[in-house]
Amino acid sequence: MNVMSKDVDTGLTEKISVQDLKFYYGSSLALKGISMPLYERQVTAFIGPSGCGKSTLLRVLNRMYDLYPGQRAEGKIMFDGENVLDMKDLNLLRSRIGMVFQKPTPFPMTIYENIAFGLRLYERLPKSEVDARVESALEKAALWKEVKDKLHASGLSLSGGQQQRLCIARTVAIRPEVILFDEPCSALDPISTAKVEELIDELKNEFTIAIVTHNMQQAARVSQRTAFMYLGELIEFGVTQRLFTNPTDRRTQDYITGRFG
Amino acid sequence: MNEHTVKSYEDELKLLDRRIAQMGGYAEKLLVQAMDSLERRDPKLAEKAVSDDVMVDQLERELQDQVIVMIARRQPLANDLRHIMTVIKIAGDLERIGDLAKNIAKRALTIASESYPKPLMTGMRHMTEMVQTQLKDVLDALTSLDAEKAMEVWRNDQQVDAMYNSLFRELLTYMMEDPRNIGICTHFLFGAKNIERIGDHTTNIAENVYYLVHGVPIADDRPKGDKTSSTLITPR
Repeated sequence: MNVMSKDVDTGLTEKISVQDLKFYYGSSLALKGISMPLYERQVTAFIGPSGCGKSTLLRVLNRMYDLYPGQRAEGKIMFDGENVLDMKDLNLLRSRIGMVFQKPTPFPMTIYENIAFGLRLYERLPKSEVDARVESALEKAALWKEVKDKLHASGLSLSGGQQQRLCIARTVAIRPEVILFDEPCSALDPISTAKVEELIDELKNEFTIAIVTHNMQQAARVSQRTAFMYLGELIEFGVTQRLFTNPTDRRTQDYITGRFG
Repeated sequence: MNEHTVKSYEDELKLLDRRIAQMGGYAEKLLVQAMDSLERRDPKLAEKAVSDDVMVDQLERELQDQVIVMIARRQPLANDLRHIMTVIKIAGDLERIGDLAKNIAKRALTIASESYPKPLMTGMRHMTEMVQTQLKDVLDALTSLDAEKAMEVWRNDQQVDAMYNSLFRELLTYMMEDPRNIGICTHFLFGAKNIERIGDHTTNIAENVYYLVHGVPIADDRPKGDKTSSTLITPR
C-alpha cells in the first residue's frame, strides 16, 4: 500500500483522518484496515471495482451504517480531533458531514421546501433568513437562475440533473463541513454531469469533498487526490494527476486502463 | 502486461506498435540508402531514397489519424496514455529522420559525377555507422520497453557529436587547402550535419522510451557535444 507515497504532500490540513478502519457486514470484513486522510478543501475521489468497499467507506464516514443492524466499524475516523465512531449525536454529525446520493432524491415537496425543510430541522430561523439561505444554497448549487421563478413548483417536476443539484443545494444549505458524493452523476446525462462537476469544483473552495465514482475520467477531472480501493483494501492513494498518468501499483494501473481480469 | 478487457483496444495498441516499428524500419533503410548512394555515387539508389521517404510520411499520417481516434474513443490513461503520446512523438522524430536522410540522398544526386578527396568518405561512413547503430538500438529499446538500453543510446550521442566536430574541422581543412573542394565539401558538411541531427532525433526517441517506461523524464541534462556553433577556423 502506497498511502504515504512521495506525492502526498504537505501544507494541507487533514480534515478527516481515517485510521486503521475495519468494517464488518455481519461477519464479513468489508474494509480491511484503511488509513488515509481527507484534506480540507480538496476533492478526494474513490475509485475501484464494484464491491471494493468505496461506498462502504463513504457510508462509515457519516455513520450511515448505524441505520442497519449487524454492521460495525473498528478503528478511528478522526474529524477535527474527535472520533466519528464514538459520536453520540448522529444528527449533528450528519449536519456536519452531508451526503448526496446516486439517484436524485428530492422530497415530494416544493423546491423551496426541499431546502427549507432541512434548515428548520436543525435551526429555528425567521422566514426572511430561511428565504436568504434557500436562495444562497440554490446559488451555490448553480440552480438559482433556473428555478427562481418557480420556487413553489414541486421538486419532482425538475429534470434529473436539476433534481441532483437541488439535492446538493439541500445539503449545502445546512452548511456542512464535509460533503460526501456517492456516484452523483451516474443517473445524469453528459451536460448535467458537466454542471455537477463544475459545481463540485466550486464547492471545494468551501467544503471538504469526497466522491465515489465509477467513471475514471470523472475522478481524473474533479479530484485533487484519488484513492484506489480493491477488495476492501486501499491499494494506492495520491495526487490525482500522478495516479492517472503514472500509478505506482500494478493493480491501480490495470484497473484504470481497463485491464482488470 | 495484462491484456485489455476490451479486445479491440488491445488490437489498436498492437497496430500502433506495428506501425511505429514499420516506420522505424523505413527510416533506418532510408539512412542506409542515402549513405550508400553517396558513397557509391549511385544516382539510381539516391533517387529511390528520395522517393521512398514518402512512405515514412504516409505512415506518420496514418499513425496520427489512429492516435486522434484512439484518444477520442478510448480516453486512455496511465501507461496506455503514455504509450500513445510517446508513439506520436516518436513518429515525429522518425519523420524528421526520413527527411534528413532524403536530403543526404539529394546531395548525393547533385555530386554524383564530381570527383572528391577519397578520405572524405571515411569519416562520413564512420559517423553514419555510429548513428545507424544508435537508431537500431533505440528502436529495439522501444520494442522491448528497455529503458536502460534507451539511456545507453542517450549517453552515446556524445560520441556522435565528437565525430561531427572532427569531421567539421576536417572538411574546413580540405576547403582551405584547395578552393576547388569547397562546393563538394559544403555538401558533405551539410550531409554530416544531417547525420548529427539524426543522432539528436535518436536521443529524443531514447528520452521518450525512458518516459514511456518510467512515467518520468530522464533526470539529468544530456551532455551536448556539438561544438561547431562556437568554432571558427580561419586560414593562416
